[in-house]
Amino acid sequence: MPLQSRHLLGLDGMRREDIQLILDTAVSFREVLDRPIKKVPTLQGKTIVNMFFENSTRTRLSFELAERRLSADVLGFQSTGSSVSKGETLKDTARNIEAMKVDMVVMRHPASGATHYLSRVIEANVVNAGDGQHEHPTQALLDMYTIRERVGRLEGLHVGILGDISHSRVARSNIFGLLTMGAKVSVCGPATMIPRDIEKLGVSVVHNLDELLPTIDVLNVLRIQLERDAGRLFPTIREYHLSYGVTRRRLDKAGRDITIMHPGPINRDVEISSDVADSEHSVILQQVLNGVAIRMAVLYLLATRN
Amino acid sequence: MQILLKGGRLIDPVTGRDEAVDFHVVHGRIERMGQNLSAPASQVIDLRGKVVAPGFFDMHVHFREPGFEYKETIESGCAAAAAGGFTGVACMPNTNPPIDDVSVIRFIQARARAALNGLVDVHPIAAVTAGRKGEHLSPLAELAAAGAVGFSDDGDPVHSAEIMRRALEYSAMFDRPVIQHAQDPSMTKGAVMHEGFVATTLGLAGWPDVAEEIMVVRDIRLAEYTGGRYHVAHVSAASSVDHVRKAKARGARVSCEVTPHHFTLTDEVVRSYDTNTKMNPPLRTATDIEAIKEGLKDGTIDAIATDHAPHSFDEKEVEYSAAPFGIVGLETAVGLTLTELFRKNVLSLHEIVRKLSTNPRRILRLPEIRIEEGEMANLTMLDPNAEWVVDPTVFRSRSRNTPFGGRKLTGRPVGVLNNGQMFWGDERLS
Repeated sequence: MPLQSRHLLGLDGMRREDIQLILDTAVSFREVLDRPIKKVPTLQGKTIVNMFFENSTRTRLSFELAERRLSADVLGFQSTGSSVSKGETLKDTARNIEAMKVDMVVMRHPASGATHYLSRVIEANVVNAGDGQHEHPTQALLDMYTIRERVGRLEGLHVGILGDISHSRVARSNIFGLLTMGAKVSVCGPATMIPRDIEKLGVSVVHNLDELLPTIDVLNVLRIQLERDAGRLFPTIREYHLSYGVTRRRLDKAGRDITIMHPGPINRDVEISSDVADSEHSVILQQVLNGVAIRMAVLYLLATRN
Repeated sequence: MQILLKGGRLIDPVTGRDEAVDFHVVHGRIERMGQNLSAPASQVIDLRGKVVAPGFFDMHVHFREPGFEYKETIESGCAAAAAGGFTGVACMPNTNPPIDDVSVIRFIQARARAALNGLVDVHPIAAVTAGRKGEHLSPLAELAAAGAVGFSDDGDPVHSAEIMRRALEYSAMFDRPVIQHAQDPSMTKGAVMHEGFVATTLGLAGWPDVAEEIMVVRDIRLAEYTGGRYHVAHVSAASSVDHVRKAKARGARVSCEVTPHHFTLTDEVVRSYDTNTKMNPPLRTATDIEAIKEGLKDGTIDAIATDHAPHSFDEKEVEYSAAPFGIVGLETAVGLTLTELFRKNVLSLHEIVRKLSTNPRRILRLPEIRIEEGEMANLTMLDPNAEWVVDPTVFRSRSRNTPFGGRKLTGRPVGVLNNGQMFWGDERLS
């Protein structure tokens, strides 16, 4: 059964069977990544363009690697040095690139909804690699894949998401996906970082991390934007770390085996301490590896849908 | 030119008349009013089943000229007004140059006289502060003497309490209102939609209703302190309506307006990321709409105004956060008002005419429209039962940025008559 949509714009409204299909398909691609020759001919002859209007290292490399592992022809740009700086509209940029006969567009853009807009004005399949503060669906898919790999299931688990929920596309996509898959989700952070009415999505809001920890199976720790937020969304980095830093001491006190995740890049000893990031609880590097498999699965399922 | 308007139902809130009356209009003047009039040599217009009302007045439009003629000109704006059932408008000063100098007032007045032979009266609203920068008062007395009917830095709120205080004190000397786009800018940096559940879901930066409310509260207190006259443009939040109601009860010299989109749509429509749902203040919630309707009913909200804000197709054809705020409103306002307020029993036709004609004129101290023999005819004619579908491709406005394309409405304007000029259906008669 193919995916319902010809684009991957977000996990909001995505059917459970579609998420299941992507996670299951990723298992076989994950296996490919363990082979001596890590390449399959699946997307030979397909052209994929990676349009990154925001700086990104991890996600861009992960997509590019996934595309190359599937034998697609790959091109791309990051916004510095592209036509965007010359004042061209997103629509014109995308249409010009599409005119060169590309099959799929992977886009990261600082504006929420930019990929939805793009999917209305071009014909190619669109994959959202992060739109503003809205969604980052492949990140949430790889997070769910990693949880499933580590714990064996998603249904019935209690997942905490910690940090700046207001500005996080990772948080939103995780909330949509995890709830659809039957997990319980709590968001945690200072009140200044919790967006209004988020409980209406079906999540719990907790401000005290030490109360949350003994109740959860997984904790997804978000990156703190140090430069942007200190003094406005929280008083100081020191205070943030005191209240919300994930430390070995905190975890020991919780007395529970909690899987620790982080979408990266991490600020060591701000939102997470080194003795946790590098510990046996942490699956941060598995997330990175699984990301390639998830993106291979998404690209494959979209390209072969028709 | 002689016109015989036959069989229309006159609704005149000034005299309280509500009856079928024929009008014989000669060179724009009402020669005779009565039953079963006949006048050979006249063009006869059958108004049976239609309503005749004092000419509608939109106290909040952006005509973009001078400076942004690719969005709208005074001529195209007047055509949109006439087609939308309005014989008069007040235009906001966020032009380039802004309306902070008498020369710009004169320019607009000249352009308006030339547009459609002066069918639509265009009254400038001048900037409160020079360059709309919020720092120094414009020459308010001189601007008022030249024809400015009110003062506003619309789009940019008068942020400084001190400047607002002085503007209210000063403008009270010649009885002109200060019209505020009520928004605390320090709370709304980068905000593009109502702050609430939908914004949280969409990851769009929120514009909280309290940022409007606190400005309304501050300004009401300043109006009470100074005795100045204060008008809130396009109220969007239930809390603002409530504060205006209480202020009026205390006797403050306060009035306010609402746009048709703010009593018709909620922030739910933003889920489409359609940039024609992006306006400032933003669309809010069903609770706010209920409060606005309550405020319309009990008289807290004095006027319906469009905030007609034309933008070109390309300006709106971008990602949501990059699009400019605003939608066109002149050609859908009457249809939306009749559909959402009259059909849904929120307001009677008399009350609607008050909010679209009598009250906005009174707020701006324009002369009352008298519908009597010997007076110049200034009339709007409506078909309250016509069913139609909004088609932006036939708008007279130069811009088509509306979220209402394809919407079915009941009730529409059919013609206007003013200054000896008439617009009827698709044509202009003179």
